[in-house]
Amino acid sequence: MKFGVIQFPGSCDERDALAAGERAGEARMLWHGDRELGDVDAVVVPGGFSYGDYLRAGAIARFSPVMEAVREFAEAGGPVLGICNGFQVLCEAGLLPGALLGNEGIRFVCRQIELTVESDRSVFTADLEVGKRLSIPVKHGEGRYFAPDDVLDEIEARDQVAFRYAPGHNPNGSVRDIAGVSNEAGNVLGLMPHPEHAVDPLTGSTDGLRLFESVARAAAA
Amino acid sequence: MNVGTAKHRDLGLTDAEYDRICRLLEREPNDVELAMFSLMWSEHCAYKHSRKLLRRLPTEGERVVMGPGENAGAVDLGNGYAAAFKVESHNHPSAVEPFQGAATGVGGILRDVFALGARPIAVLDSLRFGELDSARSRYLLDGAVRGIGHYGNSIGVPTVGGEIYFEAPYEQNCLINAMCVGLARTEDMVRSAAVGVGNVVVLMGASTGRDGIGGASVLASAELDEGDEKRPSVQIGDPFEEAKLLECCLELLGRGLLVALQDLGAAGLTSSAGEMASGGGVGIDIDVTRVPLREADMEPFEIMVSESQERMLAVVEPGKVDAVLATCEKWQTGAAAIGEVTDSGRIRVLRGDEPVGDVPVSTLVDGCPLYDLEPEEPGGWIYGNSATLDGVAEGADVLLALLASPNVASKRWAFEQYDSVVGSRTVRRPQSADAAVLAVPEADKAIAVAIDGNGRRVACDPYRGTIEAVLECASNLACVGAEPLGLTNCLNFGNPEKPGPAWQLDRSVAGLADACEALGVPVVGGNVSLYNEGPDGPIYPTPVVGLVGELPDPGRAAGLAFAKEGDAIALAGPFAPSLAGSELAKLRGELDSGLPGVDPGAVGAAIAAVRDAVRSGVVASAHDVSDGGLACALAECAIAAGVGCRVDLDPLVEARGGSGESGLFGEGPGGFVLSGDRTALEGLASDTLEVLIIGEVGGERVEIEAAELSLSVPLAEAGRAWRSLASRAEGL
Repeated sequence: MKFGVIQFPGSCDERDALAAGERAGEARMLWHGDRELGDVDAVVVPGGFSYGDYLRAGAIARFSPVMEAVREFAEAGGPVLGICNGFQVLCEAGLLPGALLGNEGIRFVCRQIELTVESDRSVFTADLEVGKRLSIPVKHGEGRYFAPDDVLDEIEARDQVAFRYAPGHNPNGSVRDIAGVSNEAGNVLGLMPHPEHAVDPLTGSTDGLRLFESVARAAAA
Repeated sequence: MNVGTAKHRDLGLTDAEYDRICRLLEREPNDVELAMFSLMWSEHCAYKHSRKLLRRLPTEGERVVMGPGENAGAVDLGNGYAAAFKVESHNHPSAVEPFQGAATGVGGILRDVFALGARPIAVLDSLRFGELDSARSRYLLDGAVRGIGHYGNSIGVPTVGGEIYFEAPYEQNCLINAMCVGLARTEDMVRSAAVGVGNVVVLMGASTGRDGIGGASVLASAELDEGDEKRPSVQIGDPFEEAKLLECCLELLGRGLLVALQDLGAAGLTSSAGEMASGGGVGIDIDVTRVPLREADMEPFEIMVSESQERMLAVVEPGKVDAVLATCEKWQTGAAAIGEVTDSGRIRVLRGDEPVGDVPVSTLVDGCPLYDLEPEEPGGWIYGNSATLDGVAEGADVLLALLASPNVASKRWAFEQYDSVVGSRTVRRPQSADAAVLAVPEADKAIAVAIDGNGRRVACDPYRGTIEAVLECASNLACVGAEPLGLTNCLNFGNPEKPGPAWQLDRSVAGLADACEALGVPVVGGNVSLYNEGPDGPIYPTPVVGLVGELPDPGRAAGLAFAKEGDAIALAGPFAPSLAGSELAKLRGELDSGLPGVDPGAVGAAIAAVRDAVRSGVVASAHDVSDGGLACALAECAIAAGVGCRVDLDPLVEARGGSGESGLFGEGPGGFVLSGDRTALEGLASDTLEVLIIGEVGGERVEIEAAELSLSVPLAEAGRAWRSLASRAEGL
């Protein structure tokens, strides 16, 4: 199992995602200017401030050459995980439903929060128990998940809501406490919390590692 | 009297300094040269009122890899790795425009660290504002915290710690000090000295504009008055540009493509080229027509002194220039060969073929006269008093008032606005322990970092207060089991040309030197910020010290929260609390000159013993006693744990004297609240560490008996007071 982690100008958590991938398998960097993904089995679109995020989070990165390759990879069923800025990029690219708006509290927030696993149908949550709580940090200024009610009803009906913030833990005013969503096929997942920052007991919890292990196991099966 | 003399005064040079320039040049400087001199001979660049004092500081040590004089200091971590670090001020720009001032303060200190070839792995901030009930203070606090977050979060370097104090003397002149720690392979580190005649000088990063022109002389070396008029002089930060520049520089250094590297800070190209040439004993020619500009019509003097952010100057061998430019293109960062290293010993500024400035490097960089201070001790307390707490309040009411005091209260409102986890090294996050702990698996250990400096106590006694600041910082490191390797400092003081601030500076540096000698910690770098005054007088003298230490096992770094019910609580160390200079004395409006004596040797020995105790793993929690005294320290341990405590301070009052009130709320160095197994804690007592068992963890209240006083506060109520900063910071 080899994870490919995209490095955009302005990415921040790409080395952290690489290290998390290496705990579950192999991992290497992918350059934003490349049009080929090569030998990777799963793609991680990492956190950070791609292209400075001065226009709208993720709005420029979606036009990177590598994102064309990611789109083809995703359409062919390849696993794609978008974390924080990566979630924003995947929404901007139309690979995931909804959008991420500025936090309700206006300010950037960095905090360890709890999530509940809502669905095990995505390839990244297949090994997780629905209803289980995970302790994972969030850190973002634009993480308020939003979609129109009809879209929300639809993704809930299709079991595409992968994670919700546990009661009292919604840090940004996300609609229906949604923290992460998958596409309909379940091979593309985006979430605002940072599972790559919850892979080592020394620096926090290990709950985030489960996402990387889940897709690695699926690939091995 | 000629035209030049009128201009030099506007640029901040004295008549005597101007005469000296003319004498050294053997002619009058032209406008380009005068602009360069006015900045290089400013206090900010030349340290002309502090350089003689700073010679007192100990700078040598076995672990020192780079000392003062480089972009940042560095200490050896073993296994071929070094930690590079420095603290720097951005006070005056932040008092004018807090968001950009603080943001570019972070950007500047990051560049100082990656200029050495070190990847920044942590930022800490030391902030000072006026009292929170002032709208101006809330505006400055809000802007500064958002600015720090904007830059640090966007560039992907965690902000892992810091401190904020609110005191009236900072009302007009806030302090924004930022510290950065970086990690480097020692053999890859690069110095800033330009060497190799014929080598090419390459300017990398952002293009050069008119922002920040005169920033150093106009903003950093004069007292603040009508701030808003100076807004055009404040630099604008672009963390995205710096993120690319950082990655680009680290790749260039890792591939051995650079001879030397220096960041562009105050005085821009003039300072960078001057210092690089001075370090290497060479000259540099710069052709201003080759500098990429934001505005086409910039004058040569503007190009030479622009303080546009996110720029670095490199010296490159001619055969490697193409590879350097290609790497810059890969990272989408600007780059241009703008000059070359010469054997002239002069900085020559060219506009194409036309020389427009030509000055000896030695005159520009080292020619500035160094002044002796004329210190005179002020008669008594010069800062005033304002009572905000009823004089008859005692016990529980005092504890709640102290916990709610913005200096003591939780700073969670601020630090949650900073990414503290990016980089996957943060073992102890803000407020979970007395120092931030960062894993360094490359060297098979961890480092701890802390930053401290209680200006109020330094105002009470500059010498003892500064010693206390160093001891406080070392105590914070001890609580996580870390031994200091090196110290950086930022000396924030008032106008050194006035006798009072001069005396404070002189005494404070003496205290810093003596504390470092006592602890055996070398000073590896620092920064001086003078002229911090408003219309009402100088700020509290504020030496901010930052320490980097090492610990073998991050898994044993103690947190400050009590671990479990039933554990014993001990007070360790020679702590002899006094209300002098304390937070309670402030709230009661009873501040006055003077602090009790301090024995840095004895406190240093206790610090070492606590460090060893934490490393041994027998201590379940550790927290040093500081603002608000022992009662606040105990309450903080309890609130963090969500479990109360029952404490009797009679043994303390009996052993060290004073009253129940001074035992509860008195402050001073050398006190540690430890919890754990009672027998194990008792076993920590030694010739160098006094240990008093004072209580046990348990219940849902903070209950403390202390001679004539006793208090009992529900944990939830204590927690509400301690968490009250957020609503007050928002002006609610």
